[in-house]
Amino acid sequence: MSELVLPKIDKATIDKKEYIFKNLAKIINPENVLNHEDEIKPYETDALAAYKQTPLVVVMPENTQEVSSILKFCHKENIKVVPRGAGTGLSGGALPLQDAVLLSLGKFNKILEIDFENKCVVTQPGVTNLGLTHAVQHKNFYYAPDPSSQLACSIGGNVAENSGGVHSLKYGTTTNNILGVEMVMMDGTICRIGGKTLDQEGYDLMGLICGSEGLLGVITEVTAKILKKPQVVKAALIGFPTIEEGGNAATEIISNGIVPAGMEIMDKALIEATDNFSNAGYPRDAELLLIVELDGTESEVDGLLKEVSDICKKNNCSSLKLSNNEKERLSFWAGRKAAFPACGAMAPDYYCMDGSIPRGKLAEALLEIKNLSKKYDLPVANCFHAGDGNLHPLIMYDGGDKEQLRKTEEFGSEILKTCVRLGGVITGEHGVGVEKRELMCEMFNDNDIQQQLDIKSSLDEKNLLNPGKVYPILRKCAEEGRVHVHRGEEKFPNLPRF
Amino acid sequence: MSIEEKKNFQIFQDSNKTYYPENEVQVSSIVKELYQKNLSTELIGTGTKSFIGNKIQSASKLSLSKLSGIVEYLPGELYIKIHANTSLEIIERELEKNNQELAFEPIDFGFIETGKSNKGTIAGYISCNFAGSRRFKVGSVRDHILGFRGVNGKGDIIKSGGTVVKNVTGYDLSKLVTGSFGTLVALTEVVLKVLPKKKLSNTITIHTEDKKLVNALFEKISSSSSEISGAVYIPEEPQDESYIFNKEMIFKFNDLNSKGSFLALRIEGDKISIKERINALTDELELNKLKTSMLDVHQSVPFWKKINNLELFAETRNNLLRVVIPPSKGNELMQKLGNKYKYYIDWCGSLYWIEVQSKKSMKIVEIKKLIKEMGGYLTIIKTSPDYDFEETIFTVDDIRLLISEKIKESFDPKRIFNPGKMYRGI
Repeated sequence: MSELVLPKIDKATIDKKEYIFKNLAKIINPENVLNHEDEIKPYETDALAAYKQTPLVVVMPENTQEVSSILKFCHKENIKVVPRGAGTGLSGGALPLQDAVLLSLGKFNKILEIDFENKCVVTQPGVTNLGLTHAVQHKNFYYAPDPSSQLACSIGGNVAENSGGVHSLKYGTTTNNILGVEMVMMDGTICRIGGKTLDQEGYDLMGLICGSEGLLGVITEVTAKILKKPQVVKAALIGFPTIEEGGNAATEIISNGIVPAGMEIMDKALIEATDNFSNAGYPRDAELLLIVELDGTESEVDGLLKEVSDICKKNNCSSLKLSNNEKERLSFWAGRKAAFPACGAMAPDYYCMDGSIPRGKLAEALLEIKNLSKKYDLPVANCFHAGDGNLHPLIMYDGGDKEQLRKTEEFGSEILKTCVRLGGVITGEHGVGVEKRELMCEMFNDNDIQQQLDIKSSLDEKNLLNPGKVYPILRKCAEEGRVHVHRGEEKFPNLPRF
Repeated sequence: MSIEEKKNFQIFQDSNKTYYPENEVQVSSIVKELYQKNLSTELIGTGTKSFIGNKIQSASKLSLSKLSGIVEYLPGELYIKIHANTSLEIIERELEKNNQELAFEPIDFGFIETGKSNKGTIAGYISCNFAGSRRFKVGSVRDHILGFRGVNGKGDIIKSGGTVVKNVTGYDLSKLVTGSFGTLVALTEVVLKVLPKKKLSNTITIHTEDKKLVNALFEKISSSSSEISGAVYIPEEPQDESYIFNKEMIFKFNDLNSKGSFLALRIEGDKISIKERINALTDELELNKLKTSMLDVHQSVPFWKKINNLELFAETRNNLLRVVIPPSKGNELMQKLGNKYKYYIDWCGSLYWIEVQSKKSMKIVEIKKLIKEMGGYLTIIKTSPDYDFEETIFTVDDIRLLISEKIKESFDPKRIFNPGKMYRGI
């Protein structure tokens, strides 16, 4: 995409690349230190593939002690480090830096202990999200957070991003579903937080680490909570003739005391796109499609489905289908799960946004996005985790056309500003990374950001761990007129300057 | 500081060196002044939980009691935004009107101090992060805070989070502030997630003295998909007549034989789903082979209130410990406790409330050592008048202490707020 401003390149580090490579090869198995162009190319981007950068060198440690030794060496030598899990992140949080060691946790791929008695799994961070569920499903247990990339994304990355999924309203995000972590600080200190107990005493360091996007420490072990699968799961597929009526129905379901396991909304553009793509049998005449999933005991779920049906009928729904069996329930989800590839089939490129808004503001947000779509002359399709307010507009564009690319970014940025104006936030689950860094000023003022930067510098005083991510880089922020320098006083003394 | 601010700074302070700011800006002015003068202060609300933690030596007190009231309550959005020192009663009353509640089930610490209800403010609950019986099912206080505004130790007004449940914008400072005992931020406003209240509640009691059976039942309950939302065990021990009498008086319900030890399970939902769950549990736990009784909604609700009021330890003059362990260590801990202590178990085998008689701090040292070996932690919630502080109030290891010091430094570099409340140097 457009040119990205990254922290100033440390020429001294680039100059001593050979020295760094040789020393890292002494610390860990030399086979696990990569610097050949062909070897490191796969690491030049994460799932935000528009941004690419070749790292200085890639290391793939095999145990916590090796991670500690690598970080200790880099700390001493003032070398930046970018941690990386499975590289499925959508906000460029694992984007390498030219003068940084890329630390891949790919070899941390073992489940260490399955503890049914304490309802937890102790795992290395490279194990996939779905891998956890696979390890315990034979006893009808599962790991609750289910980001759409769960097949590939790693649990360590989930901790770094505080990943959610479609069941967040009822079951929470990663931060609500882990009991402990082991992590290594930038100076090499190994730290264990939490364990197999509920809660921890003292400062909630786990809460701080969860969602810190690899800026505060490198996760080397995770103790994740597992849950028993619900007795019964059923879903309803409901079409509405207008956005307002569908939005109102979703709000009313919650207001009536129903907490669905999942509640998803798709707009007309996406209904058509997904139905063309996956033949999901969605009501194509509807302006808005609502999927409501409920779990619990048999009669409880049936009772709730009746309540949901009544609310939807009252709100003038145009179609209503209840799942009669597991196959049918999964077919309801098939289209929704194909949303992204369906958009991929409709345009050369699509840009997925990730804001959160209060549920009641959905109609307003969708209308605004529709107007913006006209303004920028770019098609957009919307899906919305209505349970937890997470909105994903998908802007379709042609990446080969530079003007379209510029317009797409501006469009995306305006959508996120709209989310903030409506009382929401700029990222619900994808993280800030490099993508939304400059938009932090939309949500936070100087004091708010300074407090976060102070935490960062208290735990990584040299700003070596994943720098240039999450927090705005002064120059760009000032250019956009969001940072006001008062009488020459700098508001962000801890930010790199260039 | 402006002239106006200086004037205010004088006005807020009473003869007991307590400041009473009326809004966030005034809090900020006072803290800025304290920061400049290097003066520490004790943050206070209504003081209902001030006995928890170490004693504070400070130059002044900063009462946030005037920052009270509901800012915004949107039942359909499942959140309530309140000034941080709003009393819990006001919040609960407001939520009740819409059949909603704070699902973490706040503990009423008034009973152990004065023998009667005194819930205090929401800021107090956030500062302590102690959740009630439903915790093992729905999470703790920290799992229900969506955002906050407050003043850090430099006097800067800061905010974090928002009103939506899915939010990964910047560090999650709401979690960090929860359980920090007022050592990081003077809270001025908080946003809490609220949830619909369950329609009905029933409680099954199982009468048994067999500790192995109790732990086996806890294990089965936590493996069940029947969504139990409360599981406590109240043992008869020790053989202390006044304790036994007290226990029987507290749990005097028509359908409960409060003599002897018993385990209680709460099932919540509508009438049909409760019935379904009880049927499923009857099979899963083989209840037909056990001596059981059933508390209907009229008995079940007050029963759990008594649990969450810590009424068994009302007005205790002894040391009261709050111990959290991995549930698999239950047999071992119960065996060690034997019949020497008054205690009961909550959170389906994870949380122990233990009373240790005064002048027995050595026992606390021993218990703490044991708990740490088990991978758990221990907090001394209340100390007896003669407690010698041989064992610290909180449990922390060296590395976590070091990190905590750094975090403290980033919020409150001059240690203005509640110095020493949690750990020495913090």
